Amino acid sequence: MTAPLLEVRGLEVAFPSPAGRLAALRGVDFHVAAGEVLGLVGESGSGKSLTMLSIMGLLAPNVEVSGSVRLDGEELLGRTEAAMRRYRGRRIAMIFQDPMTALNPVIPIGDQIVEAIRIHQPGLSRRSARERAVELLSQVAIPDPRARAGQYPFEFSGGMRQRAMIAMALANDPELLIADEPTTALDVTIQAQVIEVMERLRRDRGIGLILITHDLGLVAGVADRVAIMYAGRVVEQAATAEVFYRPRHPYTRRLLASLPRFDDDVDRLATIDGVPPSPARRPPGCAFAPRCLDAVDRCAQDDPLPRRIGASAVACHRAEELPA
Amino acid sequence: MKALALLRRLGLPMIIGGFIVLFWIVVALTIDLWSPYDPFSIVGRRLRPPSDVHWLGTDGLGRDVLVRTLYGVRHSLPIALVVVLVSSLGGAMLGAIAGYLGGKTDSVIMRLVDITLSFPAILLAMAVTAALGPGLGNAAVAMVVVSWPVYARLMRAQVLTMREREHVEAAVAAGAGRVRVLTRHILPLCWSPVLVNATMDLGQIVLLAASLSFIGLGALPPTPEWGQMIAEGAVNFYQWWVALGPGLAILSVVLGFNFLGDGLRDLLDPRSAQ
Repeated sequence: MTAPLLEVRGLEVAFPSPAGRLAALRGVDFHVAAGEVLGLVGESGSGKSLTMLSIMGLLAPNVEVSGSVRLDGEELLGRTEAAMRRYRGRRIAMIFQDPMTALNPVIPIGDQIVEAIRIHQPGLSRRSARERAVELLSQVAIPDPRARAGQYPFEFSGGMRQRAMIAMALANDPELLIADEPTTALDVTIQAQVIEVMERLRRDRGIGLILITHDLGLVAGVADRVAIMYAGRVVEQAATAEVFYRPRHPYTRRLLASLPRFDDDVDRLATIDGVPPSPARRPPGCAFAPRCLDAVDRCAQDDPLPRRIGASAVACHRAEELPA
Repeated sequence: MKALALLRRLGLPMIIGGFIVLFWIVVALTIDLWSPYDPFSIVGRRLRPPSDVHWLGTDGLGRDVLVRTLYGVRHSLPIALVVVLVSSLGGAMLGAIAGYLGGKTDSVIMRLVDITLSFPAILLAMAVTAALGPGLGNAAVAMVVVSWPVYARLMRAQVLTMREREHVEAAVAAGAGRVRVLTRHILPLCWSPVLVNATMDLGQIVLLAASLSFIGLGALPPTPEWGQMIAEGAVNFYQWWVALGPGLAILSVVLGFNFLGDGLRDLLDPRSAQ
């Protein structure tokens, strides 16, 4: 097997605070290969977005980041701002959650794409950058791209804006695309269009894609592998089918059990009682133990690290004993 | 039909303000062509009340008050324009830098703003002009000193709001550098309150310039400057018409710019409009 496109190992992020340092990420490990889609799933506050921001080097300078982030074997952590700037948008591109706010409202769409191109290819003439922008818009299925390029974001519909953002992210042929909840703000039918565009990119260009979401249905349909995050750690990671058919971590099971089912009439949806612990008040043992139905004494004292079980990596003491 | 819709969109205050300002601009540009008298020469007996030859009477030396008032705009308007241009651009730039960079730079600039704003504007302007010596040029410098901090504050607040917008983060994620982020993605969204304030300030600066001239720190006689003319009128207290011309002129200019600024704000910020 060749080296993965992106390899994240032992990524830790801590914020300084009056109450001492708050560990927001506690050793995150995962990797993405070229042409692979990794679904990164977790509740709000589990550290999904934080993970992505630290990969891009977008965290404030006073935030402590340690561990290793390698893109094609090159270490990204600890690089200077100027060096990171050459990666951002060129080798790693990002798509933001809300297409309503993530585009500059006072610059026409086409010009924004031209700008994204010329940041990294200053030698390219305005005219050819413009041509490329139109071409990118047509690739993401924007009708009449030449005319549309001259329009402002407010003249685009939500789905078109999101696709325009994807076009912008693709401006410099990145190897890795990070999509932070790309469909959360969209209607279901529009979601399908956006997903279809991303699928095609992966297929045709071999782009590695990290899909951050809390939409398990989306993950099941699109991702090759899934990493489930809880309280700043990846608690379960495996191929998509493996996670959905043989979930090993109690949290993953509860998460799946909370999905409404089409063929099953229930009065109430299953929920997970409680909320994820904040970094300031994390129990000494497993972060999920207080909410876990299968927790034993050991779980409250001993923090489980991810272990390899079969084809999965799971952070649970009882992963083997519990019935799959 | 289209013109009517445009007028409705602009609103009454903006139309009135626009006409007043336009009137003064036209006067300033063309007065030489049609003025019946020279503003400096004595054209009649001194202190004559308004008549059909001298519509606003004559002043203490026998010069035509109306002609001098109309000529006065050639001093007030350019000064106001230059002062507002310099202080709004300079102040906004400093405010933008303070807001964008934050930290020590921010502290230094904003403390400077606080110190300047802690003095009453007119007093500080008087002190600065007095220190530099009387004259319209020095008065202009003093007015820049007292008016830039407001722009710095406005701009800083705007930049702080816009800096947190997601499209700014998106631009950084696309590899844009600091200068590009500030000039392309933050500043273009920040200028509207500055523009509104600058428009209103034009009137205030005209008033401030006149005030400085009134107490003898601005324009010097025999310049036909409004504040200076009112000061001459104050000497001839019972000849009310001497101060009436310049007084009305100041009133109309301040009112005109305020209307214009008000209308502009309604246009640029839909939330504040009724």
